[in-house]
Amino acid sequence: MPASSSQLLTFIRKEFAHVLRDRKTLLILFGLPIVQIIIFGFALTNEVKNASILAVDYARDEVSSEIISKLKASKYFDVETTSSSHLDILSGFQAGSAKLAVVFPENFASDLRHFNSAALQVITDGSDPNTANTLTNYVRSIVIDYQSENFTTHGNASGIRAEVRMLYNPQLKGAHNFVPGVMALVLMLICVMMTAVSIVREKELGTMEVLLVSPFKPELVILSKAIPYLILSLVNVASILFLSVFVLELPVKGSVALLFAESTLFIFTSLALGLFISVRAQTQQTAMLISLLGMLLPTLLFSGFMFPIENMPKALQIISNVVPARWYYTIVKAIMIKGLGIGALWKETLILGGMGMFFLVVSLKNFKIRLA
Amino acid sequence: METVIKTERLSKHFGNFIAVNEITFNVERGEIFGFLGANGAGKTTAMRMLIGLSKPTSGAASIAGFDVYRQTEQIKRNIGYMSQRFSLYEDLTVMENIRFFGGIYGLREKMLKAKGEKIVNELGLASERNKLVASIPLGWKQKLAFSVAVLHDPKIVFLDEPTGGVDPLTRRQFWDLIYARTLEGMTVFITTHYMDEAEYCNRLSIMVDGRINALGSPSELRQQYAASSMDEVFFKLAREARRTDN
Amino acid sequence: MVTVNGISKSFYDGKVQAVKSVSFDVRSGELFGVIGPDGAGKTTLFRMLTTLLLPDGGSASVLEFDIVKDYRKIRRHAGYMPGRFSLYQDLTVEENLNFFATLFGTSIAENYHLIRDIYIQIEPFKTRRAGKLSGGMKQKLALCCALIHQPRVLFLDEPTTGVDPVSRKEFWEMLKRLKEQGITILVSTPYMDEATRCDRIALMQYGEILAVDTPASIINKYPETLYAVKSAEIPRLLSDLRQYDNTLRCFSFGEHLHLSLRKEDGNALDELQEYLYGRDHRNVSITDTTPTIEDCFIRLLK
Repeated sequence: MPASSSQLLTFIRKEFAHVLRDRKTLLILFGLPIVQIIIFGFALTNEVKNASILAVDYARDEVSSEIISKLKASKYFDVETTSSSHLDILSGFQAGSAKLAVVFPENFASDLRHFNSAALQVITDGSDPNTANTLTNYVRSIVIDYQSENFTTHGNASGIRAEVRMLYNPQLKGAHNFVPGVMALVLMLICVMMTAVSIVREKELGTMEVLLVSPFKPELVILSKAIPYLILSLVNVASILFLSVFVLELPVKGSVALLFAESTLFIFTSLALGLFISVRAQTQQTAMLISLLGMLLPTLLFSGFMFPIENMPKALQIISNVVPARWYYTIVKAIMIKGLGIGALWKETLILGGMGMFFLVVSLKNFKIRLA
Repeated sequence: METVIKTERLSKHFGNFIAVNEITFNVERGEIFGFLGANGAGKTTAMRMLIGLSKPTSGAASIAGFDVYRQTEQIKRNIGYMSQRFSLYEDLTVMENIRFFGGIYGLREKMLKAKGEKIVNELGLASERNKLVASIPLGWKQKLAFSVAVLHDPKIVFLDEPTGGVDPLTRRQFWDLIYARTLEGMTVFITTHYMDEAEYCNRLSIMVDGRINALGSPSELRQQYAASSMDEVFFKLAREARRTDN
Repeated sequence: MVTVNGISKSFYDGKVQAVKSVSFDVRSGELFGVIGPDGAGKTTLFRMLTTLLLPDGGSASVLEFDIVKDYRKIRRHAGYMPGRFSLYQDLTVEENLNFFATLFGTSIAENYHLIRDIYIQIEPFKTRRAGKLSGGMKQKLALCCALIHQPRVLFLDEPTTGVDPVSRKEFWEMLKRLKEQGITILVSTPYMDEATRCDRIALMQYGEILAVDTPASIINKYPETLYAVKSAEIPRLLSDLRQYDNTLRCFSFGEHLHLSLRKEDGNALDELQEYLYGRDHRNVSITDTTPTIEDCFIRLLK
């Protein structure tokens, strides 16, 4: 064998030894693809199932009730029939308990019979444009189905028209979805990873040793590390909002002050999470890996940013409740797009705050005052 | 007598800073040559030029007959090097390290096996051969690192402070290993901060502020500087230094 | 000042015993050296005394404070310089010093007199980032940072490792001047020749203390007579002496060999000369010599 290829073999053998002996890396190399396949393959889907929708039936004739039963029978929808007013729709959308409303006007059937054309109002929650689109298309296809089974359109009659109105996001801008998502992601990443890495770096470099042999109070050191990132992150929030309002033309419907306050709360929770990680990690590399895999991935997958939470199997929905970004994402969307106030958001705010306190308390308790 | 290391006015500049200033010295085959100097005197920079890791700014040098400007690959193939900072892979076993470095030097399987056996037996590591290097004591590590550095029987071996922090017994055992090799004709180029080890060298040079200010055998230098020990020689020279490792 | 009573520490679930039941005392104002090679357990010992690690067994107190229960008090009054450079590389000299002064609730101005002799040497570089300092200067800065809060006891873990002999000498001179100010200093070092600069020393290897005493006493306790032997061919001399049946111990020590004999009756030296002459050694010189700490260490190791 020529010298260079046997040298290559020697190197390869050595590299294998390094890799196989590093248990943690092995876990990631083999564990991660498996987890990803399971999650992406089975659990996450853009497909909508059992979406909660409202049917407001002013017509109460045989056409409307047939269409409603078809909607009920469809696996895509979970229909709640209300016969009262638009106000129900608004509150349902605000609470996030309904994603779409189908409204049958009073003379629906008779219009159809006499004019061969009737309008069906479809109102969707535009704050989630992807889902809104998908649901609307489902409704349309069910309506078309019904039409073709029962009527034939002749001439210029257009049959049942679905008039679609988007609440909160009339132009169906994608920005509505990804600006809050980006905010959650960016804040989380910076606060969690940077805090964790910064504290662990002291351990790795040895400055922690010298700090410990001094009258230093852990709380002070932690606070001093958190504050620069807090300020930096608020600046980030401001710049993202600025760009979103003036460049992407996505205005903030609700209170900007509330948005900043909630952002501060989320930053606090992320910093506490970063601290939590730093207590356990021994090297900067570990801290970064845990931050990325343990925080970035779940945030992307479970915050509701990319995949609607309602469409996930129960088990994953429960997991998503533990991801702080999920709550922040809901809050931001509610404020920016739906214009809601603290009254509607106190539950989410409390949860977010509670998580932050939990991480903080546990980390402070476990903060190592010794090297081992 | 074959001259295995030849340098003539070898220099290295970093911008305006002259790290190595026209050093000239030779080393003969089979010699133990000590390369001394305070931290910052330019030892490390000079050594890197000799082993082909850094290109000189001016001057000439040849190692085992190969030119340091144009033939660095041949130089690397004909020398052994034991660095202070790294020598063996801690997460590989004793045998795996031997096999790896042997493979790199191009040793054939049978030869590798034979040498590996010889090394572990000589060092008394036979029962530890499958233990991770991380778990064997420092003294053994250093001796093993040396044996690995000379696995391919190079003409010259460059040792950069190989006995730092090691206990006195192991230090002497290390030197026994060095002596054994020089008897077989290997040339040893060593830097050290232990002045008693300076005495074990056939000849040595002391660098001050980038220049070689002393060159000769230990007894010659002691006479020249009217000193009773190498310690004293070193102090007298270092006191002249203006550059305090900056 | 410092009392150590049989403390031990092991790692990896007991597989590695770093410190095995170590006991010694350090008196107030002493310059105490822990002398031993890498891996002897010096750093682990120091980390326990500075309250960074908990001992597995035994007890110890620093300044009358227990290292386990009263660690906070120790941390306020001890100065610590760990083995490798542990200051903030991206802060300047001045910023580092300021930081540590503030950490201990004092200021550079308040305690400048303590560090003046040392700081003067690095003051010209006070706006340089610590990471860009040379090894010797980093050492001096670390020492200043350990001193700035006027500690009553100073722990220096291998402050001179990897440093050339001249810088080492200078460093010990700095330590002597510090001692004169009444600070108790514990230093660990692998360099045997530094032992004589201490008031008292503890020789340490494999986690155990081999001896604790003043350097002079340890040297005095060397039982056999030590001879410095030389000839024209040292390597051959070494192997010949090792084969000699009256040799107890023979090791190289620079330009001489240090030899102790098993039996030292009146004829011993003559018989030795004869043996060496018979082995064709020329210019043989055999002189009495005072043992060094290194001789004592080697003897204790065997």
